[in-house]
Amino acid sequence: MSDDVVNIEVDGKPVEARKGQMVIEVTDQIGAYIPRFCYHEKLSIAANCRMCLVEVEKAPKPLPACATPVGEGMKIFTKSPYAVAAQKATMEFLLINHPLDCPICDQGGECELQDLAMGYGRDVSRYQDGKRVVKDKDIGPLVSTDMTRCIHCTRCVRFGEEVTGKQQLGTIERGENMKISTYVEQGIDHELSANIIDLCPVGALNNKPYRYSARAWEMIQHETVSPHDCVGSNMYAHVLRGTVKRVVPRNNDDINETWLSDRDRFSYEGIYSSDRLQQPAVKENGEWRSIDWEEALGILADSLGRADSEKVGLLASPSSTLEEAHLLARLATHLGTANLDHRVGQRDFSGQDADPVFPWLGCSIAELEEQDAVLVAGSNIRHEAPILAHRLRKAALRGASINFANSARYEYFFDVSDYADGAGLVELLAGIAVAAAGSKKLPAGIAALTEGIKAGDAQKGIAKSLQDGTSSSVLLGNIAMRHRAFSAVRDLAAFIADATGAKLGFVTAGANTAGAHLAGVLPHRAAGGVAREKSGLDASAMLSAELDALLLLNLEPGADLPEIAEQNFVAALTPYDSASLREVADLLLPVGTFAETSGTYVNVAGTWQSFAGVAKPVGDARPAWKVLRVLGNLLDADGFEYVSSEDVREELRKQVGDPSPSNEVTTSMTHTRVNGEDAMTDEVDVPLYAVDAVVRRAAALQMTPEAKRVKSDTV
Amino acid sequence: MNRLISYIKTFSLWELLKGLSVTQRNFFRKSVTLEYPDEKTPQSPRFRGLHALRRYPNGEERCIACKLCEAVCPALAITIESNVSEDGTRRTSRYDIDLFKCIYCGFCEEACPVDAIVETRIHEYHMEAPGENIMTKDKLLAVGDKYDAMIAADKAADAKYR
Repeated sequence: MSDDVVNIEVDGKPVEARKGQMVIEVTDQIGAYIPRFCYHEKLSIAANCRMCLVEVEKAPKPLPACATPVGEGMKIFTKSPYAVAAQKATMEFLLINHPLDCPICDQGGECELQDLAMGYGRDVSRYQDGKRVVKDKDIGPLVSTDMTRCIHCTRCVRFGEEVTGKQQLGTIERGENMKISTYVEQGIDHELSANIIDLCPVGALNNKPYRYSARAWEMIQHETVSPHDCVGSNMYAHVLRGTVKRVVPRNNDDINETWLSDRDRFSYEGIYSSDRLQQPAVKENGEWRSIDWEEALGILADSLGRADSEKVGLLASPSSTLEEAHLLARLATHLGTANLDHRVGQRDFSGQDADPVFPWLGCSIAELEEQDAVLVAGSNIRHEAPILAHRLRKAALRGASINFANSARYEYFFDVSDYADGAGLVELLAGIAVAAAGSKKLPAGIAALTEGIKAGDAQKGIAKSLQDGTSSSVLLGNIAMRHRAFSAVRDLAAFIADATGAKLGFVTAGANTAGAHLAGVLPHRAAGGVAREKSGLDASAMLSAELDALLLLNLEPGADLPEIAEQNFVAALTPYDSASLREVADLLLPVGTFAETSGTYVNVAGTWQSFAGVAKPVGDARPAWKVLRVLGNLLDADGFEYVSSEDVREELRKQVGDPSPSNEVTTSMTHTRVNGEDAMTDEVDVPLYAVDAVVRRAAALQMTPEAKRVKSDTV
Repeated sequence: MNRLISYIKTFSLWELLKGLSVTQRNFFRKSVTLEYPDEKTPQSPRFRGLHALRRYPNGEERCIACKLCEAVCPALAITIESNVSEDGTRRTSRYDIDLFKCIYCGFCEEACPVDAIVETRIHEYHMEAPGENIMTKDKLLAVGDKYDAMIAADKAADAKYR
C-alpha cells in the first residue's frame, strides 16, 4: 500500500482516504453529509462556523470536520448522539442573533441555515435578550445586503481574497461586534463579484435586481449557456410563468467551475428591456408601419430573391447560434453569394486565408490553469472572458509566469511576471519575436516588422519564460483581432509560439465565433473550413459596398457595427428596436434573445453546447433559426424542411464531423511596417458591459461603476 | 288471519293515521328551520367564507408577499406577484384569489405568518359578470377594511385555542 493512503472509519464503515485530506472531504466523497456553513470546496478552510463538529474516537472534544486532517486508524462518528448534540448546540448559538424574517428573505426556501435549522434547531429559542442588529451597506447595484442575517462564515471575504484577488469585503471588530464590511463605503466591482450571492449560506448577500420578485420554489430551473463571451459558461435560468427571473451558475469543472461572471448573471434584465421590438415593421417612403410576419417575410424573400447575387450581403453577430449560422450559410449558397461574415469589428482581413479552420484557445479551459507560462497579447482578458482571466489567476498563484503585451496596462490581481506595454502591439510583439528568435533568422514574412527593433527587458523576460515553461501558451485576444494590422499581429504571435514551443490560442469575440467558422459564415470558406472558389466581401467591405440587399442578424449599427454606407435595402433580424436601426434598416423582424431560442454555441475550447429556449418570447418575436428556415422555404431553397433546431445542428454535425482544433497558421504573407497605423490609440477595447445588445440593456449592469466610468469617458 | 288484519287496516286507514300521528307530534314541537334571509343560523368564529386581506392599525398592509399561501393552496387558486415597494419593503404587486377554484380549506390563513389573509364569516356573495370571481388585491383589502372589527373579534375569540 502506498504511503498516501490512510485507512479510517466513518460511522463504522471502513474508508480509504488520501493523506492530508480533511474529514469533510472524505465524508462528502462517500456521501455522509455533515452540516456546514463556512466550508466551501473552492475556498480555503476557515473553521469558524463550527457547524461541522463530529465525534472522533479518543479526541477529548468534538472536532471540526472541515479542519481535521485524516489520520491512520481514525474513527469518525458523524451522527452519534455526541456529534449531533454538538451540532445542535452550535445551531442554537447561530440562531441567537439570526433574525426570524424568513418570510421576507429572498433566501427563504433555498437557505442553508433554514434547511439545517429544520434538522438541528430547537423549536423554541431559549434566548431572551435582544438580538443584534447590523446596519446594511450599499455595495453596488448588483448585490443587496441584509447584514443582520450574517452568520460570519466569511465565505464572501475569502472569495475576495482567494478567487478575485480584489479584496473588497473584510471583517471589522470581533466577537459579538464582528461585521462584514467594505472598510470605507464602496461598491464591489470585480467582474466575478456577484458570486458572493451564491456563496452566502444565508440571506445576508443577495441578488439585487431579483430582490423580492419571486420565490425559489415557484420557479422552473432550465439549463442554458452564456451568450456573452467565448467561454460558454454553463448556467441555469430560473423562470417564473415564462419570464426569466434570475440566472445562477451551473457547475462544470471543465468550463466555469462554480463561478459565473456578473455579465452572464445579470444580462437577463436586457431581455425585458422596454425597447424590445414587438412586431415586424417596414419603412415605406420614410414612414414606419407595423406589419404581420407573413407580409414581412414576403418582403424579405422578395428583396433577397430579386437582388443581384453579387450584391447580397449577410452579416451575423458572432453570438448568433450555430443553427442560425448554418442556415444563414445555406441561404447564402442558395442565393449564390459569398458575401457572408460574422467577424464584425475586425478590420484586417488580408491574412484570412491562413486563419485556422476555427480559432480556439490552444488548450482546454481547465488546462489553462496548468500552463507554466502564458503570454496574453492584445487582450483585456478580464473584460473579454472573465472566467479565462480567473483560470490565468489560478495559474499565476500556482507559480506560473503570466505575461501581458498590450499598449495599455490593465489591472490584474496577481503578480504579473512581465508586462510589455507603452508601444503599439506590433512593435511589442516584434520585440518578443526578436528575443525569442535569439540568434536564429526570422522568417521573411515578419522580418520587415522587426527591423530596428530591440527587445526590452520585459520582452526578453517574456520570451525566456515561454521557452522555459514545459507547457506554455500565447493568447491573442479581442484587441489583437480588432487591430488594423491583425494579420501581422497573428503571424508574429504564431512565430513567437513556434520559436518558444508554446501553443497559439485565441480568445475570440462573442459566444460562437468558433461555431460561425465551422458553419462557414465566412466570405472565403464554406462549412468545415473548405475554401470557397471565389471569396466574397468581408464584414468591413460589405458595410462600405453598395448592395442591393443587406441582412443583419442580431447586430446593432452604431454599437456593434461602424457606419453603414447607404444601401438599397437593409433588413434586420433583431430583438431590439433602436433608433440607429430605424435609421439604417428598411425592414425590422423581431427575433428572440438567447433565452427565447434553442440553439448551440461552440465555445473557445471547441465544445458544442446546446440549450433549449427557456422563456416565453416577448411580443411577436420568433427564434431567428425559424425565421431563416421559413425564409429558405419562401425562396424555394432545397432541404429547408427542418422541424427542430436539433435537425439543423445534426445536419451541420454530419457535414463537418468533429474537426480536431488546430491553430496552425501557414502563411506566406510578407508584412511591412506602416508608420502611424500602429499607433497605441488605435487599439480598441470593447467595454465590459457593452459587448452585445442584451448586455447594453441590462439595467443593473449599466449602473455599475465600470459601466458608468465607460459612459463618462465617451461623453 | 293475517289477511283479515290486513283488510281491517286497509279500510280503517290505519297507515294514514300512523303517519298523521308523526305530523301531530311535530306540530307542537319547536321549529328547527329558519326564515332565511330574515333569520340566520348561528356561525362559529372559525367559519371559512370570503377572503380578506388585513391591515395593521396604522393602515399598513400586513401582507409581506412571502407567498406561503400561494405555495400551500391545494387548489392553486392564489396568484401573487411581488416587488420592492416604494418604501423598500417587500410587497405584493398582484394578489389574486380565484373564488371558483378556491375550496375554502383555510390553509392560506393557517400558513400566513402575519395574519394577513383571512377567511371571514361572509358567505353571502355573488358574481354577475365573468371575471368577478377573481378577488384582486384591492377587493380583498376593501373586504378587510369593511369587516375589520368582525375579523378582529373572531381572531380574538379563537386565540385561546391556538
